[in-house]
Amino acid sequence: MANEPETPVAASAAEPAVPSLVDRYFTRWYKADVKGKPCEEHCILQHSNRICVITLAGSHPVLQSGKAIKSISYQISTNCSGLQNKVSGKFKWGAQILTELAPLCKIYCSDGEEYTISSCVRGQLMEVNENILHKPSILQEKPSTEGYIAVVLPKFEESKSITEGLLTQKQYEEVMVKCINATTATS
Amino acid sequence: MFPLTVENKHVAQLLLSTGTCPRCIFRFCGVDFHAPYKLPYEELLNELQKFLETEKDELVSEVPNPPPKKIRLQELEDGIDGMDNLSQNGEGKVSIIEDGSIASKNSNLNVCNVCLGILQDFCEKEFIKKVCQKVEASGFEFTNLVLSISFPPQLSVREHAAWLLVKQEMGKQSLSLGRNDTVQLKEAYKWITHPLFSEELGVPIDGKSLFEVSVVFAHPETVEDCHFLRAICPDCFKPAKNKQSVFTRMAVMKALNKIKEEDFRKQFPCPPNSPKAVCSVVEIECAHGAVFVAGRYNKYSRNLPQTPWIIDGERKLDSSVEELISDHLLTVFKADSFNFSSSGREDVDVRTLGNGRPFAIELVNPHRVHFTSQEIKELQQKINNSSNKIQVRDLQLVTREAIGHMKEGEEEKTKTYSALIWTNKAIQRKDIEFLDDIKDLKIDQKTPLRVLHRRPLAVRTRIIHSMETHYVDEHHFRLSLKTQAGTYIKEFVHGDFGRTKPNICSLMDVTADILELDVESVDVDWPPALDD
Repeated sequence: MANEPETPVAASAAEPAVPSLVDRYFTRWYKADVKGKPCEEHCILQHSNRICVITLAGSHPVLQSGKAIKSISYQISTNCSGLQNKVSGKFKWGAQILTELAPLCKIYCSDGEEYTISSCVRGQLMEVNENILHKPSILQEKPSTEGYIAVVLPKFEESKSITEGLLTQKQYEEVMVKCINATTATS
Repeated sequence: MFPLTVENKHVAQLLLSTGTCPRCIFRFCGVDFHAPYKLPYEELLNELQKFLETEKDELVSEVPNPPPKKIRLQELEDGIDGMDNLSQNGEGKVSIIEDGSIASKNSNLNVCNVCLGILQDFCEKEFIKKVCQKVEASGFEFTNLVLSISFPPQLSVREHAAWLLVKQEMGKQSLSLGRNDTVQLKEAYKWITHPLFSEELGVPIDGKSLFEVSVVFAHPETVEDCHFLRAICPDCFKPAKNKQSVFTRMAVMKALNKIKEEDFRKQFPCPPNSPKAVCSVVEIECAHGAVFVAGRYNKYSRNLPQTPWIIDGERKLDSSVEELISDHLLTVFKADSFNFSSSGREDVDVRTLGNGRPFAIELVNPHRVHFTSQEIKELQQKINNSSNKIQVRDLQLVTREAIGHMKEGEEEKTKTYSALIWTNKAIQRKDIEFLDDIKDLKIDQKTPLRVLHRRPLAVRTRIIHSMETHYVDEHHFRLSLKTQAGTYIKEFVHGDFGRTKPNICSLMDVTADILELDVESVDVDWPPALDD
C-alpha cells in the first residue's frame, strides 16, 4: 500500500506551513463608515458554511494604540440584550433576528468615547462573546479570533446576498490607502 | 371428489347464473382445500354443471323475470330484498332461473363478474409461463421467491357485492355467512399458481424470500366502480402526496367496512355486471431485497472526503471513500444503488490509519447475492488494487441487524488521534512535556463554528483521557491523544475563537494551529476481524 507523500513541514517557521485558521475557512468582508461614522470599520468573517463572525476591523479606533477599553455592554436597550439570546435545536429556534443595522454591543473607552458595533449582516444571532466582558483586553489582543463580537447565522438563501453591500479585502485596502492619503492631505 | 354439497347448491346455482366463475363459486361456498381449485377450468365448469343438473328434479323451476308470480312471492316473503331476482318458496326449496344451465354455460365462457378473469385466464399455464419468462430475463440470481400480486381496487367492490348476494341467499335458508367464511381471492390465486410458478422456475415459493416478483393487474373498464364510495365515505379517500389515485385498495376496503348494506345496494348492483374483458397486466417486475457488506477502511489521503462533497450542486473533489469502495461492490453485486454508513466520520483532510474505521454498505436491488468467502476476498483485493488513497480489510457479508453494532460504538468508545501542531512562539521540549502529565482533562466545547449551521448550539463536556507529545522543532510538535468519542480535536487545538475551553493555546499560552490530523484507531469491535 502506497501512502500519499505527506506535506513537508516547513522547517522552524514562525508562520505555519498553511494559511491561518481564519484564512483557511473564512472570507473577510468589511463594512466601512458604519452609520456614517468614518473609520469605525467592522470586519465580517464568513465561514464557507455561511456562518458570520462579527469582529472589529484593524482600523477601528478601539484597536488604535493608546485606547483603553473601560467596559463592553451587550445591553443595547432596556429590553434587549445579546446575553439573553437563546437558541435551541438544529433550526436555532428563538434566536434574535438581526437586520444589518442592528446594534450588537457598545464599547466604552476610558477616554470617554463610546462605540456601537453593528451586525452588518442580516441573520439570526447565535451567540455573543462573553469572554470579552470579563477580559476586554482580548478584544484588542486578538480582534479577529478570540476577541470576536458575535456569531450570526444568515438565512441559507441569503448567504450570498448579505455580503453584497460589503467591501472585499482588496476594496478595503484601497479605501484605507485613500483614507490615509486624505488624512495626510488635509493635515 | 367434487367439493360442493347439497347445502351449497342454491348459492352455486345463483352465482353461476349471474356470471360467476366456478372457482369464485368455490370461494363463496367456503371450499378451503386446494385441490379443487387446481383442476383445469373446463373440467371444473363441466363438473359444476353436472352437479347442478343431477338433482335438478328436486328443484322447482320458475320463470324469474318478470312473472306476476314472483311479485306475489315477494309479497308473501316479508323482509326479502326486492332487488333480488330469486326468492325462496315455502318448502325451503329454492327457485332457479329457467334454462339456468344454458344461461350459465354462456355466461361462464365469459369473464367472471367477480374476479374479472383472475381465477380464469390468469391461472392458466400460459400466463404463468409468460411471467416466468420475464423473471428469467431479468437476470436475477435467486434460490427462492416471494410473489406479490396486486389486484385492481375495484375488485374488492365486486367481491363485496357478491358477498352480500350470497349472504342474502343463505339467509333465505336460515344460514349465516361471516366475512371469513369465504376464501379470499388472493388465497385461491396462491393455491392455484404457487405450485405452477415453483415448478416452472424450479425454486420454492417462500414468503421470507428477498427476491420478489410482483404482478400488477388493472381493469380499466371498471375503474369507476369504486368512485361512488367517495361520496359516502369521504374521509377514507384523502389525497396523499405520493399516491396516484385516492382509490387505493386499502382505502376501498376501509370504505367497504364502513358502508351500510342498504347504501351499498342502492349504489352497486348485486350481483355485479358481467364485464367485457379480463384484467390487464400492467406490470411484471422483479426486485431483490438489499444485502449488506461491512468492513473497515483506511484513508491515506488528505484530499478525499468520506462521502461526495457537493456544494451548490458542484462537486468539490472528484472522488470519495464511499465511491472508491462502493463502485466495485455495485458492479459485482449488479446492484442499482448503495447506501454507505460508518462508525463516525473524518474530515476531508484527516487520514484514518491503524485498523481503520468500520463501515457498512447497503446494496439496493442486487442481481447477484451469492458469494463464497474466497470471492469476497478477491473483491476486497480488487478494491485495494484500484486506489492507493484507501484500503479495505475485513470485508464480509453481514445482516441488516448486525449493522446496529457499528453505530452502538459510535458514542461510547474512545478514539486515538495524532495531530501535528504549530505554535507561533518558539518552543522547547520542556515547554510541551507538561501535557504528557495531564490525565482525564475535562473540556467544554461549544458546537464548532464549522458545523454550527447544521447542528444545535450547545456546550458539551468531553474528556481528553491522555496526551503524549513528540517534539519536532521550534514551532512544531506532534500530539497523540486518547479522547472520548465525539471530541472535536481540531477545536481542542486551535480553540475555535475561544469557544473550546481549555484548549492547547490556552494551556500553553501560545497561538497554536493544527496542521495535520490522523485517526489512529476507532475502538469498535465490529465487524469481526478476518484472517488474511
